[in-house]
Amino acid sequence: MTEHIDLEQSLHMYEQMAKIRAFEEKVNELYKSAKMPGLAHLYSGEEAVAVGVCEALKRDDYITSTHRGHGHCLAKGAKVDRMFAELLGKEAGYCRGKGGSMHIADPDSGNLGANAIVGGSMGIATGAAMSAKMRKSGQVAVCFFGDGALGQGLFYEVANMAALWKLPVIYVCENNLYGEYTHHTETAAGEFIARAQAFGIHTEIVDGQDVHAVYATMQKLVERARRGEGPAFLQCNTYRYYGHHVGDINRAYYRAKDEEADWRANRDPLTILATRLIAQKLTDASVIARIDAEVNAEVETGVAFALDAPFPDVREVNEDVYA
Amino acid sequence: MSEPREITYAQAVREALRQAMQRDPQVFLLGEDIGVYGGAFGVTDGLLDEFGSERVRDTPLSEAVIAGTAIGAAVTGMRPVAEIQFMDFITLAMEQLVLQAAKMRYMFGGKARVPMVLRTPAGSGTGAAAQHSESLEAWFVHVPGLKVVMPSTPYDAKGLLLAAIADDNPVIFIEHKLLYKTKGFVPEEYYTLPLATSEIKRKGKDLTLIATSVLVARALEAATQLAQEGIEIEIIDPRTLKPLDTAAMIQSVCKTGKALVVHEAPMTGGFGGEIVAQLCASEAFDFLDAPIRRLAGLDVPIPYNRELEKRAVPQVADIVREARALVRGEY
Ligand SMILES: Cc1ncc(C[n+]2csc(CCOP(=O)(O)OP(=O)(O)O)c2C)c(N)n1
Ligand SMILES: [Mg+2]
Repeated sequence: MTEHIDLEQSLHMYEQMAKIRAFEEKVNELYKSAKMPGLAHLYSGEEAVAVGVCEALKRDDYITSTHRGHGHCLAKGAKVDRMFAELLGKEAGYCRGKGGSMHIADPDSGNLGANAIVGGSMGIATGAAMSAKMRKSGQVAVCFFGDGALGQGLFYEVANMAALWKLPVIYVCENNLYGEYTHHTETAAGEFIARAQAFGIHTEIVDGQDVHAVYATMQKLVERARRGEGPAFLQCNTYRYYGHHVGDINRAYYRAKDEEADWRANRDPLTILATRLIAQKLTDASVIARIDAEVNAEVETGVAFALDAPFPDVREVNEDVYA
Repeated sequence: MSEPREITYAQAVREALRQAMQRDPQVFLLGEDIGVYGGAFGVTDGLLDEFGSERVRDTPLSEAVIAGTAIGAAVTGMRPVAEIQFMDFITLAMEQLVLQAAKMRYMFGGKARVPMVLRTPAGSGTGAAAQHSESLEAWFVHVPGLKVVMPSTPYDAKGLLLAAIADDNPVIFIEHKLLYKTKGFVPEEYYTLPLATSEIKRKGKDLTLIATSVLVARALEAATQLAQEGIEIEIIDPRTLKPLDTAAMIQSVCKTGKALVVHEAPMTGGFGGEIVAQLCASEAFDFLDAPIRRLAGLDVPIPYNRELEKRAVPQVADIVREARALVRGEY
């Protein structure tokens, strides 16, 4: 699987994942030190999904994201400093402080927005794909959502249309086993992919901890979509290391500590990639350590920028309701 | 401008759609049975033949998808005009409209534009009963980020729809089923009417009557009857409920000292309450010499039986009675 993926690209994906990891660790600190106004849903543990998916996209391809969206935004090209600025409600943030963690959008990098409504972006992504097809732009749209979102009717409605009209949209289901505090076996009957298959949609399941696997599969799906062969459904099996949100600290009542420890120790996406590259003698530990140091420095600089940045003028409360 | 011809409200809407599509290749239509069938009320009849199935799209039966994909297309450079077959069914698209379309621009700090129109036939009077007769305009007026338009004549329908399509915001465009066959003079060429101007539909000195949609026509009929009794009513149609132009109505009430607000939707929580509040908070308050009255739908679902259905919403006779009582100082 890894033979077509060269070292430079692998290291880039490592860097992106490491950046997301470092970003989320810092977000957790900001929350704990009460510097952030709201809550945040951390992406730590799931980095290979966003990075593998976005690595297969061009800058002008679209994504729609979720409440757990920091990883998607960064993987699609958002900058750490402006992301932090948004989380802190600053003018320099991607939404000038009006969106916060769950609404980061960056049209310049094709990001049509995170979404605090579970399943809420499915229509937007599908419409963006319809628009790309009508404009013959060659763009594809990726719709990220969690296992919990499969409970929403909108998915079935958009899947039906996307299949009928062969829209260039890829539905990426991030199965991190839980929706809030409930295991998916209690909320979703049957197989996830069977839902898409019922509409004749092409499906794949990948190990969402292996960024090479996600990327390679995604590349195929993107090519299909660009060739006009229609939508796809990609199930990525993954795990979130932290709670549903930063305030969800004591979790033993809904998931075992052993389970968390096992994923961290044996299924970590950064470790899996680094170990593989080193084992294949493509790189060595010092290169990995250098990347880690670089992204940590970027995160430190970014958060310092955001902490220093000014708040928006309160008069902005009335701005941008209408175009 | 060429000589206006007399055409129906439905034809005026269709002409607006056609001209918008001719002018701008980004404009396209989507909805249930709008293509081959021409729409539940025939409004889009013939447009499929003219523009093809890429631009006149018969969608699957899903209001959420119609609204949701219109949003996605709008933020990525298209100008969709969606049809929701009956306003009642907009309830199935509420999340997409209220939580997505309306808020995107603001949430994203001004970076998104959502130039979409959602057209929908509203109102009772066709014997279609409680789930095909809703007038839900007040819900949308309450949502910052949406515009709400409610034309009462073919001329207004065409000019306001063209303005709505050219507008860079999500617009809920509410047509009335009973108006589709009504006729009026409409210029053939492209024109727009600003989305924030009310219009005085009839001049008068004794009472200011503010009415929307089909009730404008009923109010005009009532005014003709009252004129025979020497009562002269001034009728104002806001045309756009949001943004709302209050200037003409305030001025009018300063002159007449009396106001009656009339709409089809149920009284409680209806848009009429907003108009009353705006008048009371304005300089017109000092000129009032009677309480402002509202005449609106009963607080009931629209009943099936013809007589009950009529009873549920204001009719010409109701307007005559209420206006006369107000002018005669009975309140
Ligand atoms: C429509 C809607 N219902 C409920 C919620 C509250 N909520 C936020 S996240 C969440 C669980 C989502 O689970 P999943 O889709 O698996 O995403 P994950 O958090 O696991 O990434 C719920 C119920 C919401 N935001 N939106
Ligand atoms: Mg989940």
